Order: sequence, then structure tokens, then C-alpha cells
Amino acid sequence: MPDLSGYRFTSTHEWVRRDGDEATVGITDHAQAELGDVIFLDLPAVGARLEAGARFGAVESVKAASDLYAPVSGTVTAVNEALREAPERVNQSPYGDGWLLRVSGAAEGSVELMDEGAYLARLEE
Amino acid sequence: MVEFAGFEMPLRYSSVREEHLAVRGRAGLFDLSHMGEVRLTGPGAEAAVQLLVANDVSRLAPGAALYGVMCNEAGGIIDDVVVYREEDGFLVVVNAARRAADVEWMRAHLPPDARLRDESDGTALLAVQGPEATATVRGLTALPLDGVRPFHSAPAEVAGIACRLSRTGYTGEDGWELYCAAGRAPELWDALLEAGSSRGLVPCGLGARDTLRLEAGLRLYGQDMDETVDPFSCGLGWTVKLGKGDFLGAARLRRLDPDNPPRRFVGLALGERDIPRHGMAVLSGGARVGEVTSGGFSFSLGHGIATAYVATDLDPEAPLSVDIRGREAPAARAPLPFVRRALH
Repeated sequence: MPDLSGYRFTSTHEWVRRDGDEATVGITDHAQAELGDVIFLDLPAVGARLEAGARFGAVESVKAASDLYAPVSGTVTAVNEALREAPERVNQSPYGDGWLLRVSGAAEGSVELMDEGAYLARLEE
Repeated sequence: MVEFAGFEMPLRYSSVREEHLAVRGRAGLFDLSHMGEVRLTGPGAEAAVQLLVANDVSRLAPGAALYGVMCNEAGGIIDDVVVYREEDGFLVVVNAARRAADVEWMRAHLPPDARLRDESDGTALLAVQGPEATATVRGLTALPLDGVRPFHSAPAEVAGIACRLSRTGYTGEDGWELYCAAGRAPELWDALLEAGSSRGLVPCGLGARDTLRLEAGLRLYGQDMDETVDPFSCGLGWTVKLGKGDFLGAARLRRLDPDNPPRRFVGLALGERDIPRHGMAVLSGGARVGEVTSGGFSFSLGHGIATAYVATDLDPEAPLSVDIRGREAPAARAPLPFVRRALH
């Protein structure tokens, strides 16, 4: 298990890892397990604006299409291009190689961000 | 794990993609013990099957099997089944979710000189599917497998366990389905897994079973058809033998035009980022002309595929699209099956 102490989680199963003004966004291990094999991702382009709590894309899996919600606001500075050819990275490494986006000017909005313990407890409910 | 017709079943063991591609390229092992097995015996067994199933079993040799549908009086499909003629009667293999309804229907229409036994609880079903399936089973049985043609079966010992060994499946690949006593199934599973491991065989769950059968153009009861759908409307007219004599639903089916049924069942090929799903609308010129019955991503082809109902009077050349969450995704008509077995 990777060290997730720097990760914060949403009730809609995204994660965000802050690094100062920058942040990386992905989906949780629970989400990828529930979705099953990821077939492709609909992600915004570099330069797009994320609003905390707003839909920013979708993940299409063997099971269903699921919307993605931004854990923080910010401007997209990078999209994980490797996922175009290898979407299975989201399944294999949701907290590492399977990251989705990087954003700058990351700012928290009204979205509740939980630490790992609180997120796992939420899953138990 | 998911609950399915009272069984706890895995959607996948590793990943649906890996399991799917293993079956297309090597082999996969499935536990299908949820399927129902109903045995018909007695002097009236053949008359019972002829009454219940729209296909014609009269010329079926012992061991041979056929695919067919049971219809209600309105011509709607109660279930799709595989029927085997056995040495002393018939084995009807039914869908797990339909078992109770099927058995009730069958009992209600059973001739007095036929006997019905629902053997589902005591019977397990394992399937080995894929180009390496025959080689996998061969090492475990004395039965000469090359003598068993597709849609034929024979009683045989496999790994020392008494089975009915059937050259059938639900994947579009060559393969075998093995019926055995439920208590022996874990042993048989382990033997098949071990025999196949050097050939790349992997255990497969319900997820791959669904993606494989969709590529193979095979119908799924409850999704592609139900009691309101006649066999012509879902492309199963080839299993309906109106000339064989009377059977349940025949009177209604005779009034339909097999070439112009109430609805037409078609295959659709979509783009690599267009994944159609059950229930999505099929559009033509902006108007709704049908509905997706089964859809998903084809791991073999690398794009979305679907089966759908469209209006019978629709121009066969009319361009189609699927409404994917508000977006019109172009859909080309495609012949079924989407994926044909490779020659090895």
C-alpha cells in the first residue's frame, strides 16, 4: 500500500494530493475496484478551469460511465497522457501512475476533503 | 463478488480485459453452476420437449444438442435453452434467473407420460473455452475429443469425475461445458485449472462472460429478450420450426411474418470512445427508432458494440446513432457475430 498521508479524499471517490500551490487529482482504489476495467477517460484539456464540486470529466469502465467531480478548484496544467494508451493504469495504480490531472492555483471549495482514515470509515457506513 | 440468481459469483478474478483476451487467445475456465438443469424422461419426454420448445428435437441423435426458445401462448420468449438428447430422455439447460418460472411452466404443460426432475441444485457446470480448451481437457479424459463435434456431447470421466462433456459454450470460441455432481465440482475445477495453467488458461468471471457473448452475437435473456418479445424480433427465427407440428406459442408465431417481425434485431458498431449501454435510445434523423438491448466495449475490436431493436419499417440504409448521455454517437450496422472464431 502506498503512503497516503498526503492524500485527501472526497465522498465521490476522487483524491487530491496538494504540493504547495499545485495539486494532483485521481480516483480512489475503491472507485477503480467498483468500476472494474477502465476503458477510457474523458478529461479536460490543459488550461481548463476546475471548480471544486463540479463535474470535470468521466471515466468509462467495462461496467458503466461515471462522472468525475473536482476535489479542488484550479487550472489544469497537465493531463496524464499515458492513460490514452494504457487506461488500465487507473486500475493498477490509482494513487501512482494512474493519476488523472495536475492543477495549479489549487484552492479548496465547499467539497469535504477527508483523510484516509475518515474516507475508509465513510466507506464502511 | 455479486449476487446473481441466488448465487454469489465473481464479476472477475483478475480483470475483465485479461480474462476476455485469454479466452480469445488461449483459454478460460468458468463456473456456471448457477445454470439450471431440468431432466425430462419417460415415454412422453420427446413429446414434452416438442411441445415446450419451438425448435425441433425429433431428429436429434443421442448426445446431440440444440439451442431453442420456450414461448408462451402469445409467442413471447419464456427462456432460451439448450436441449440435449440423452440416452434415456432430455436435459434442458435453463437460465438461473428463469429456473423457477421455467419449471412451473414446464410442469403445467407436461404430458402425463413424461416426468420432470429439476436437478439444478445437485448439478454443477464448468466451462473451458478458447483455442486451448480442447488441449486442456484432452489430458484429463480417455474420451476421444475429436470425435465430439460442436453441439454434441458424451458421458465421460474427466479427472476421474463422471461428467457430461459437451462441446458447447457462450463465448464464440471452441470449448467444452462439463456437467457433474455438485459435490465433485471443486475437484474438477482444480484439475482443469492445473491442466490449463501451462497453456495460459485463467479463471473467468461474469464480466468476461458478458463481453465475450456480446462479441459472439449471443443473446442474454432479460436484456435482449423477455416474455414480451417473439423469437423473430430478436433474430432467433432460425430456431423456430413452424413445420414440426403444434407447440406452445406456435399459433401466434404463425401469424407473424418471420421476415418482417414487429421489431428488428441488429448489430451496431460504434467508435472507440462510444460505449453503448442497455436501454440507450437508437436514433435516426434525430428521431427515436429503437433501443440498445446489450452494449459495451469490444476488447477484441477496440470499439463500442451493441445489439439493438429497431423499427421494422426503418430504411435499412438509414444512418443510425446511439444517444449516449445526450450525445449522438454514430453507429454503423454490423453483422452478427461481431467477432468470429479464429482458425487455428
